[in-house]
Amino acid sequence: MTQDQMTAARQFIDAIPHSRRLGMQLEELGDGRAIISMPYDSALIGDPVTKVIHGGAVSALMDTAGGAAVVAHPLAGLGTATLDLRIDYMRPATPGQTITATAECYHVTRTVAFVRATACDEDTGRPVATATGAFTVAKASP
Amino acid sequence: MSRPEPVTQVKRRRDLALSVIVNQVPYIEFLGVRFDRHGDELTATMGFHEDLIGNPILPALHGGATAAFLEITAIIGLSWSTLWDDIEAERLDVEAVQNGALVLPKTIDFTVDYLRTGLPRDAYARARVNRSGRRYASVHVEAWQDNRDRLFAQASGHFLMPQRHG
Repeated sequence: MTQDQMTAARQFIDAIPHSRRLGMQLEELGDGRAIISMPYDSALIGDPVTKVIHGGAVSALMDTAGGAAVVAHPLAGLGTATLDLRIDYMRPATPGQTITATAECYHVTRTVAFVRATACDEDTGRPVATATGAFTVAKASP
Repeated sequence: MSRPEPVTQVKRRRDLALSVIVNQVPYIEFLGVRFDRHGDELTATMGFHEDLIGNPILPALHGGATAAFLEITAIIGLSWSTLWDDIEAERLDVEAVQNGALVLPKTIDFTVDYLRTGLPRDAYARARVNRSGRRYASVHVEAWQDNRDRLFAQASGHFLMPQRHG
């Protein structure tokens, strides 16, 4: 990917309102790869007893990271939409810790991009959740 | 024979139970989701606001907002269905729930199927509990916007049930 394309992809991701609202930060963007972090926020609590972040916020993080990895892939255009996303929750994220998702777009056809992603809190050796998804590929301009 | 419970009292009890359950979860309010109840049937509404947008050019809802909306609907729907008998028998300790005694089902896995672009307007969802065992449950959720027959997303997931003691 050229430097210009990468800058465009970065701006595209930084401008997503819902991701901004969740406090997401783009940490790294490479060819078909994206790392996005989401700091702990008590507004995102899903379990009142344990204060653990709601799975839905983790899904939003995974979806954003997945879409970012697609947009950063040299064969996919700018802009994508999720076709399906499956999340497996391995353990509750530790309250107070930032969650970081690493997504990899591992295959792209003319129409579909395939993605896998892993989310970790500060204990990076034990993932909080993993995801696999399929995303649309923007049509090349005629 | 005892007379049936007055309708206003029944509704008050059910609505109070629903509101204390929903109010326990900060993320539900964060996302702007509310629940309407007809008998035991719940319909979730995610009122549109700009912060839900994922693609400002189209514009379209963020896939993550849709996923979260569906997961909230599934968890509350599942919890509601398991608590229903207690609510009806007036066994639900509302004060204890308000003081943090409510243990919600935990998501094991969740798969979202995006069928159409989420439009910048209100979205609705209903959950169906397909199987609810002592340890695991399987729940399906459907979401639509203007037209009930044109789903824009659906999801299914497995949940770990809270263990009841005693």
